[in-house]
Amino acid sequence: MPTAGAASSTTAEVERVFREEYGRLIASLVRRFGDIDIAEEAAGEALVAALEKWPGSGVPPNPGGWLTTTAGNRAIDRLRRENQRDAKHRAAAMLHDDTPHEPTGPVEDDRLRLIFTCCHPALAPEARIALTLRLLGGLTVAEIAQAFLVPETTMAQRMTRAKKKIAGARIPYRVPSAEDLPDRLDAVLAVLFLVFNEGYLSTGPGDAVRAELTGEAIRLARVLHRLLPDEPEVTGLLALLVLTEARREARVRDGVLVSLAEQDRGGWDRRLVAEGHALVRECLARNRPGRYQLLAAINAVHTDAPTAADTDWSQVVALYDRLLTIDPSPIVRLNRAVAVAELDGAEVALAEVDRLVAATPALASYHAFHVTRAELLRRLARSAEAREAYDAALAATDNTAERAYLTRRRGELVVDERPG
Amino acid sequence: MAQYLLSVHGNDEQYAAVPPETMQEMFAAVGAFNERLQSDGVWVFGGGLESATTATVVDGAGDRPVVTDGPYLETKEHIGGFWIIDVPDLDKALEYAAAGSKACQGRVEVRPFQAEPEA
Repeated sequence: MPTAGAASSTTAEVERVFREEYGRLIASLVRRFGDIDIAEEAAGEALVAALEKWPGSGVPPNPGGWLTTTAGNRAIDRLRRENQRDAKHRAAAMLHDDTPHEPTGPVEDDRLRLIFTCCHPALAPEARIALTLRLLGGLTVAEIAQAFLVPETTMAQRMTRAKKKIAGARIPYRVPSAEDLPDRLDAVLAVLFLVFNEGYLSTGPGDAVRAELTGEAIRLARVLHRLLPDEPEVTGLLALLVLTEARREARVRDGVLVSLAEQDRGGWDRRLVAEGHALVRECLARNRPGRYQLLAAINAVHTDAPTAADTDWSQVVALYDRLLTIDPSPIVRLNRAVAVAELDGAEVALAEVDRLVAATPALASYHAFHVTRAELLRRLARSAEAREAYDAALAATDNTAERAYLTRRRGELVVDERPG
Repeated sequence: MAQYLLSVHGNDEQYAAVPPETMQEMFAAVGAFNERLQSDGVWVFGGGLESATTATVVDGAGDRPVVTDGPYLETKEHIGGFWIIDVPDLDKALEYAAAGSKACQGRVEVRPFQAEPEA
């Protein structure tokens, strides 16, 4: 494999590969060593080794295998150094456990095992999501803290506490039994959805879209769907994710976010759209609607329209109304307002959005709230207020493509204003 | 295997208000649960406690031990009884805790014992 020219770009390449392989690496190390801290430390040491070695030798053909082997050796070294009878005994046993690195098959189950451990009901809900994003998604504590709008130290403490509980209370590392599975599913689905969202609109200033995260969420959702073909919400989540993923390529052009209305619909992945629609039909036939199924149905309406103007907005609003009976959150109301703007006009929608923030002041730190307001104000030709709203939206997002889009939209306002 | 303390948390006033026939059913259910723990081989120890008003607190941290009447914490809920079980992991402990809670009609807190130090 060719090496990148500049040392800095090689470092970036190593970090990209590392992040891509992180979940698989941690899951196999946890299975092998039975300890999350050992797995994380060994993975960290493998990264250091890769950063030393790969800039000279190039990225190996099977980087995941290289990282797994290196991390495994480091963990064994560490256990030997600790020089405890038990550790020695374990290390000796492990030397014979040279499980080869496989990109598919049992490795998938390792990650599934890890996700059920991370999403165990004995852990606080916010800790479940954070642990999964860290251990399976490979996100940094800082990124997760940003996604949850909490200080980084708070997030770090939350994670440390959760890992101590897993070890101290002996939360098992396995996929739950068939009878416990449905109960344990809700948290897992919430986690996968968040992992997907982090990839689809990355919170960090790096890549705008992180396909390894959206891909990872979809891959895990597919595994879950195979495991639980009769759980409608699993089907719903998978449908939602593939219908959203289908638009990923069309969503960013030349580093700038493209809104749904402006997207080149010919650029949508028809295969994923067809898969998503088939899954939504499966849900409709089952008629046990839930949050993810309704979100998937909304996305099916969008992806069914040949042009933005053909969108059946009354259907979209009706689906949001059903969703509100299950999940009456301010985010759902905000998204409903976007659809209401198409149906009843921007004035009605803006009034609804302003009522929302009055009731839930926390919305003011959510960039999508400001984006929605900015777009509505723009339509109402209230340019000065729209510009303020774009500024607030820009202040609340680090995503490069979204920043480029918002800057462009704000810039267009100035031009509009000149004649007046 | 790991040991867990399953402690039953309850309110003395609420317990006092339980009608005698319901109390009899509860005793029978707890007795059956105890037998199950023993036949499953997970039983270490267990028992019901007298009311929290019978508790005495001893603080031996100073020069002389200070003895005071009453439970350590002034709360409405106290430990009414407990089991110590020996099971492979938390999932198993939670399963028994759910059955124990159903038997005694009270909330059960599950706490792992610290692992045995390596010899």
